[in-house]
Amino acid sequence: MASQITMTLNGSLIRKDFPIFERVIRGDMRLIYLDSGATSQKPNSVIEAEANFYRRNNAAVHRGAHQLAEEATDAYESARFIVADFLGGDVDEIIFTKSATESLNLLAYSFGNADSGNRFHLKAGDRIVVSEMEHHANLVPWQELAKRTGAELAWFSLNEFGRLDLSNIESVITVDTKVVALTHQSNVLGTINPLEAIVARAHDVGAVVVLDACQSVPHMKVDVEKLGVDFLAFSGHKSVGPTGVGVLWGRGELLDELPPFLFGGSMIESVTMAHSTWAAVPRKFEAGVPNMAQVVGLGAALNYLTTIGLDKIHDHEIALTSRLLEGFEENKDVQIFGPRGLDMRGGIVSFAVKDIHPHDMGQFLDSQGIAVRTGHHCAWPLTRKLGVNATTRASFYLYNDETDVDALIAGVANAQEYFGSR
Amino acid sequence: MQLDSLYQEVILDHYKRPEHKGLSEKSDVQVHHVNPNCGDEITLNLSLRDHLIDISWDGVGCSISMASASVMSSLLSGKTLEEAGPILDSFVSLMQSKGTQTGDEEVLEDALAFSGVSKYPARIKCALLGWMAFKDASVQIQGR
Repeated sequence: MASQITMTLNGSLIRKDFPIFERVIRGDMRLIYLDSGATSQKPNSVIEAEANFYRRNNAAVHRGAHQLAEEATDAYESARFIVADFLGGDVDEIIFTKSATESLNLLAYSFGNADSGNRFHLKAGDRIVVSEMEHHANLVPWQELAKRTGAELAWFSLNEFGRLDLSNIESVITVDTKVVALTHQSNVLGTINPLEAIVARAHDVGAVVVLDACQSVPHMKVDVEKLGVDFLAFSGHKSVGPTGVGVLWGRGELLDELPPFLFGGSMIESVTMAHSTWAAVPRKFEAGVPNMAQVVGLGAALNYLTTIGLDKIHDHEIALTSRLLEGFEENKDVQIFGPRGLDMRGGIVSFAVKDIHPHDMGQFLDSQGIAVRTGHHCAWPLTRKLGVNATTRASFYLYNDETDVDALIAGVANAQEYFGSR
Repeated sequence: MQLDSLYQEVILDHYKRPEHKGLSEKSDVQVHHVNPNCGDEITLNLSLRDHLIDISWDGVGCSISMASASVMSSLLSGKTLEEAGPILDSFVSLMQSKGTQTGDEEVLEDALAFSGVSKYPARIKCALLGWMAFKDASVQIQGR
């Protein structure tokens, strides 16, 4: 359970809930973890929830006539209620997958399985819309779906401020558009995309909106009803939860019509040698024994975040981002990619430093105990658009504080001295 | 500083003043290799003149990948493919040694400076980028 200090966003106190911060890095350096955009660290309550499932309740859910099976099913299904509450959706609209990547692939493959007459059926002449700032997980599945069905792939461009260019929204989301798949927050730029006009236009032309919420759901209050989107995917491991669990939320009536993607045990209603029918949603989309301990751990993770408060987490990350942007402002050799203001952005800052390749920057920062991400961040088209091969990215979470920001600013300056003076 | 074992003087020198960089107009074989983890890339031209290796290359990447391509091209140029093979094998073996090998200076010359890379698993692919491009090109040229 969350400790007594979690009602205040004091990063150093919150770190006490996360055992990994007890270790040291590269000899005797304090761990300064600025890579939560890739994966978050885990609090004790999550580690214990996952381990305790194995210690006390482990059995295959939805099967078996014994006490352990009942307890396992209860623990697993309780997590579904927690996720539904967290997102503002209905409990039967929550599907557990192994990752957000699988959630998005589930959609793309299920659309591809839709026969003529089904509202999700795609054919030549139809359009799928994405954006230039998508993570590969919300781009490649749609590229492949377009190839399989003959549909056309189109996308929103990025403007010079690191925001979507929505000036041509009606010529991008045409009347032939069936799917608009968009990231809620860029994992490279930190940009939060405005959804109102996109959702309105998509629904006007009868398209569904798929939201990749991997970088938003863990960091800010997200309510699916308020957003008005039709499907939403996020991953457990970026939300202080375990790896191996992702979530797909979809509107009930849409999930009812959507054909399944993975076939097998649990997802059936009736099976004969020649034919099968499907279980009701969400079971229709959960074939096989699921990642039970991870789902239970995700429930604990979302409870932990709720106890702290999503609005507080977002405000905390914005304060840290502000401090970093100001610090970098004073370093003329640092170039920042993405919005410079604090409006409609999250706690991610990508940057380049003159004459130092990001991989070398990351290596130097690592020698100071600072963990950052370097490379194209699984958003290669976006990185190319920025005109670079790679960037260095710092991403914040609730356990970071101003000393982490100051260490990064100093670390970058030290790297400039290290590589410049030799 | 432990980092100095990785960023040796030889490496930073080759990074700042790379050798054989800039593609030749013609070549017997051209290959393009990328490191999908980080986006680093190299294009390498390989020709044989009287059985002697002639390498030119261009690329974008970190100091380790670019310096390694530079050292590789200066070390192998002017040698025969038969002479280059054991040098390539020796370098690959050193990179995969997890810090347990020191490398043979007689064989590797300046490439020995990369011995520290083998202790940083994330950087081994950087150091091998140019060498793997050469290996690919040499296989293609022998197939002709």
